[in-house]
Amino acid sequence: MGTIITKDRIVIPGQVIAEGMDYLPAKGTFREGESIIATVLGLLRIEGRLINVVPLRGPYLPKAGDVVIGTIEEIGFGGWQVDIGIAYPANLSMKEATKEFIERGADLARYYNFNDIIFATITNVIRLKAVDLSMNGQGLRKLPPGRLIDVDPTKIPRIIGKQGSMISMIKEKTKCQIVVGQNGKAWIKGETAEDELKADQAIRKIEAEGHNEGLTEHMEKFLE
Amino acid sequence: MAYTKRFDGRGFEEIRKMSAEVGIISRAKGSARFQIGDTIAIAAVHGPRELHPRFLRKPDKGVLRCDYDMVSFSVSERKRPGSSRRSMEISHVTGKSIEPVLDLSKYPNTVIDVFITIPQANAGTRCAGICAASLALADAGIPMKDLVVAISVGKAGDKVVMDLTKEEEDHAEGATDIPVAMTPRNGEYTLLQLDGDISKDELKEALVLAKKGCDEIYTLMQKTLRDSFKEKK
Repeated sequence: MGTIITKDRIVIPGQVIAEGMDYLPAKGTFREGESIIATVLGLLRIEGRLINVVPLRGPYLPKAGDVVIGTIEEIGFGGWQVDIGIAYPANLSMKEATKEFIERGADLARYYNFNDIIFATITNVIRLKAVDLSMNGQGLRKLPPGRLIDVDPTKIPRIIGKQGSMISMIKEKTKCQIVVGQNGKAWIKGETAEDELKADQAIRKIEAEGHNEGLTEHMEKFLE
Repeated sequence: MAYTKRFDGRGFEEIRKMSAEVGIISRAKGSARFQIGDTIAIAAVHGPRELHPRFLRKPDKGVLRCDYDMVSFSVSERKRPGSSRRSMEISHVTGKSIEPVLDLSKYPNTVIDVFITIPQANAGTRCAGICAASLALADAGIPMKDLVVAISVGKAGDKVVMDLTKEEEDHAEGATDIPVAMTPRNGEYTLLQLDGDISKDELKEALVLAKKGCDEIYTLMQKTLRDSFKEKK
């Protein structure tokens, strides 16, 4: 029979969570002998026999299907290189960049120039060094100049909320346009700088308190 | 003359007063401050990021790079700033002592940089540095099999003592300094250095003492990491 050893909600790396072969190590854990041990600092989630640790902080790992915000870093012959907040730039090929016909030898800066902010999706990840982006999809576009902020990628689900409830609330209350990428970048554009600042603060607040309960009520009060 | 009473009045098996906190540097991915007595270590983690020069890259996993630096005003006699033979050695052994617990297989071709700064020193800086680095890596969310805890034990005069101070290291009758780093869960040593003379039995005694000290530090580190989420309520 397996037993859960820890009573903590937050586990730290190296902490023994459970003993016995009845439980299975899932994300953020590994098995050593009979025991299941946490590898990251995070919240403990037990789903049936599976033991998960949801990280509270951590670097972004790209995966296919994610929508991300990036800035154009380099323009090459066949496409663009985009900084999406990982160690190496992601590739945006000419084919995936626009539906328009691009003539041979055309100046690619006409479509996306240096430091342009784009909202794109990840189509393919081979290694950290080989990530492909695409601009084909709903809502994917070049974003106009705005406030680009970095948040912890692990807090993005809390910022978006259930079916986008949290982000809609912030958008509504601050009257800002907000786009959030799964790579931990958020783009804000409001009518006034005060509005933008308010949205910025709201997102930072969620980042700091996202693991606590009663977050929605807390944020409602903050935005009033 | 036998060593009967410690300079700071502690018991021979007593550790100095400790404190720690994480998330102190906002621009770093993870950071920590670890203080033991008058020794303070600050660690900042950056990355995973692009590694240059290219030949250092590993295609199957990330690389850990540690940098230990004592600031010029950290010691009583001004230290010449910048890298030295000593700091290069400590950077190297710190990296080697933390590497075994890290799992960098998800970050191939990248580097994780750990910068350890000592703003104030009173012996045991490399151990404080390792503790701070280990806390900062956990704070950065890098996958680790365990934390790494380090303490210096040794001999002052004729006594085996825990957590030596600078005064004891410079003791007239010779002192032995043994920095030890270990993984608290299964007690594996990841660092063991020795500077001075010690007999086999005394070394064994010192290592038992080190285990006791490490357990004490580990309790503090666990508490620090958990509390970093509580206080923001």
